Amino acid sequence: MGRYIARRLLLTIPVLIGASFLIFAMVYALPGDPIRALAGDRPLSAAVQAQLRADYNLDDPLWLQYLKYAGGLLQGDFGTDFSGRAVLDTIEQRLPVTAKLALAAVVFEALFGLTAGILAGIRRGSFFDNLVLVSTTLIVSIPVFVLGFVAQFVFGLRLELFPTSGIGAGWYSYVLPGLVLASLSLAYVARLTRTSLAENLRQDYVRTARAKGLKPSVVIGKHTLRNSLIPVVTFIGADIGALMGGAIVTESIFNIPGLGRAVYDAVLRQEGAVVVGIVTLFVFFYIFFNLVVDILYALLDPRIRYD
Amino acid sequence: MKFTKRRSALVAAGLSGALLLSACGGSDDSGSGGGSRGGGEGGGSYSFYIGEPENPLVPGNTNETEGGQVIDSLWTGLVEYDPETSEAVYTGVAESIESDDQTTWTVRLKDGWTFHDGSPVNAQSFVDAWNYTANSANAQGNSYFFANMAGYDDLQATETGGQPAATEMSGLRVVDDLTFEVQLSAPYAQWPTTTGYTAFYPLPASFYEDPEGFGEQPVGNGPFQAQEPFQPGVGITLTRYDEYGGEQPANAESIEYRIYTEINTAYTDLQGGSLDVLNELPPDAIAGAEEQFGDRFIETSFGDITSLGFPTYDERFADPNVRKAFSMAIDRGAITEAIFQGTRTPAASFISPVVDGYRADACDVCELNVEEANRLLDEAGFDRSQPVDLWFNAGAGHEEWMQAVGNQIRENLDVEYQLRGDLQFAEYLPLQDAQGMTGPFRSAWLMDYPVAENFLGPLYSTAALPPAGSNATFYSNPAFDQALAEANAADTNEAAIEGYQAAEDILIADLPAAPLFYRVNQAAHSERVDNVIVDPFGRVDTAAIQVVE
Repeated sequence: MGRYIARRLLLTIPVLIGASFLIFAMVYALPGDPIRALAGDRPLSAAVQAQLRADYNLDDPLWLQYLKYAGGLLQGDFGTDFSGRAVLDTIEQRLPVTAKLALAAVVFEALFGLTAGILAGIRRGSFFDNLVLVSTTLIVSIPVFVLGFVAQFVFGLRLELFPTSGIGAGWYSYVLPGLVLASLSLAYVARLTRTSLAENLRQDYVRTARAKGLKPSVVIGKHTLRNSLIPVVTFIGADIGALMGGAIVTESIFNIPGLGRAVYDAVLRQEGAVVVGIVTLFVFFYIFFNLVVDILYALLDPRIRYD
Repeated sequence: MKFTKRRSALVAAGLSGALLLSACGGSDDSGSGGGSRGGGEGGGSYSFYIGEPENPLVPGNTNETEGGQVIDSLWTGLVEYDPETSEAVYTGVAESIESDDQTTWTVRLKDGWTFHDGSPVNAQSFVDAWNYTANSANAQGNSYFFANMAGYDDLQATETGGQPAATEMSGLRVVDDLTFEVQLSAPYAQWPTTTGYTAFYPLPASFYEDPEGFGEQPVGNGPFQAQEPFQPGVGITLTRYDEYGGEQPANAESIEYRIYTEINTAYTDLQGGSLDVLNELPPDAIAGAEEQFGDRFIETSFGDITSLGFPTYDERFADPNVRKAFSMAIDRGAITEAIFQGTRTPAASFISPVVDGYRADACDVCELNVEEANRLLDEAGFDRSQPVDLWFNAGAGHEEWMQAVGNQIRENLDVEYQLRGDLQFAEYLPLQDAQGMTGPFRSAWLMDYPVAENFLGPLYSTAALPPAGSNATFYSNPAFDQALAEANAADTNEAAIEGYQAAEDILIADLPAAPLFYRVNQAAHSERVDNVIVDPFGRVDTAAIQVVE
């Protein structure tokens, strides 16, 4: 197991180098002149533009720009954005915010999604099962920004149950955005759990377990649920990566200063160092959580071993 | 909005799954997200909307509205502007700014002004700051504001990444502690008025030791001071500076600048009462805002102009009569009403109504006159069978009104049009600089300082041709340059204004661009605050705001 994890972690190094270069090349390939766009209608003086281009190595060819960037990276220097702010500072400040939001979303996703899915799976065809089917279909079909604005208006502005925006109220401010962010995945998790559980409940070994006279809670909890969770865990694991980087809309609506929005702004301004730094971080998280998922497989299904 | 433990307990009961999270939230209600902390003594505090500033909070490097608003709370310049008339008033650091020849200006400072770190504001504070900002090696965005001072060119590196020949402009000279002399490279009668702009604010000695740290927690001389660093994405809370040198110290105890990425969210917060001042409103909200906010809804004129620029380098638009024909084919009033719902007013001058020298009816070819337009177009032999391209930058909401302009051109002149609005600024601007506009294009200008010259010289003079300046129409007329120079050298302000109007008349005769409209700024505030005054820059006088609750 230890060797397996070490090998997987070692493999992330070439992936990260490749990913960062690809992203760097993509930002480089964006058309236009970011320095000229900095000042808008009134151009910066020619000498100042030249100075900025020199500061950000913008006159160099792609490979040299990347080497300079990677060289800085090895010394722990993530570069700066066009306003001279260190990218590392931006990450340090925004990563906890994004992580909290993603965590809140995952908690809701697992808690509500699994509960609804299990109950629906056990009582297939019941009223509750149909309720889950209809409500998840509804949630999946509503775009997240509609859900966000409606939730903000109803629960924040009218009922005053939650803050309408910002992160000033501590963990409590993440509840509503977390729910909105989780809504789509929550619906998927519920459906995935339901289907997977319902299918496994029809397996022979479940009938055997029942015939042995085991309590229903043991039959479902220990014998069925554990291996029904494999597709669900795969989904949630992959989703954490998506939740961290893809929360731009939710972050904007609820004014949460996270990484998603920072990367969006940086793409618009063609700030290579910011985009590469943050997106490479996303790639790392994605790889990491996938590794966690693989390890969880072994725990969920005794047949899976990594030696 | 403040969260009591009781309320979050109720929520937790309702949403059993959220129990864990909301219990955490209930114990932490001290944060700033609510915004409505009790008034307390000393005038209370209020929250203020801003977008994310693009640059560190250094005056020499801030030329956009978001950072500019914060900088304005932290600094007071040589002169200030009357929010009503836009005239320069000597309530700032300057006692007087005088000149005999409009070229060499003597600036006398008032005694007793201090920076927030306690150091005095003296002549050196201004001279050093200006030299630093002008120096191209420091890559300050506002460098060009000093381009009219003697010796500016010596501070511009000639080769990429090289060092400039000098670090001090020859035109700046400290006379004594409270007096310095500024020598311009050419006469400029309205120069004193320009010194109220952000780029001209003084810097304390501590700035040069650590410019980066300074940008996070600036030290200014204004009514508010920063006692904590600025947090990107979140904002900054400023507190009243008790040793403020100006006549009107801040009314409120503190001000929380809160960054929003989405203005609609800020508007929701304003409606909910957790935000106090919103100095611009989202377009969708404007129609209902007046009814909802009553006298807390504020409309003011904005010191800007939007024009339809003509590529004078394109042979189709080289003839002034063609340009006039296009100008006369546009019904500005119909567009401001139908598309902008009154948030723009039609323009019939190159100069904004907020500055001295504006004439409401200066431009006779800025009125709809279909008959005359067609006559001029025929006379010029314009080929109507070829469509014209209409250019604007993408993603900034210009498509709708540009289309309206195009429809009017089609209807009134029988010329087809094609919208060219796919390019973002990063591609659009270089194309503009490279004479790449194949038809009329959106040209917008927000004034740097409230003087008539600022609407003429930077946009249409030969000196402002790209890449150095913003003269995207590539209009160049020695007579116009001459008229501008004469106005700049005038002895009195009245004579200068007359001169600028004469220059504008030349511009109208040649019409390198068709003035279209001026912006009207909408702002609104909560019931907790009063005395919200918006100036023609769209900035709010934060010191004047009173917390009434």
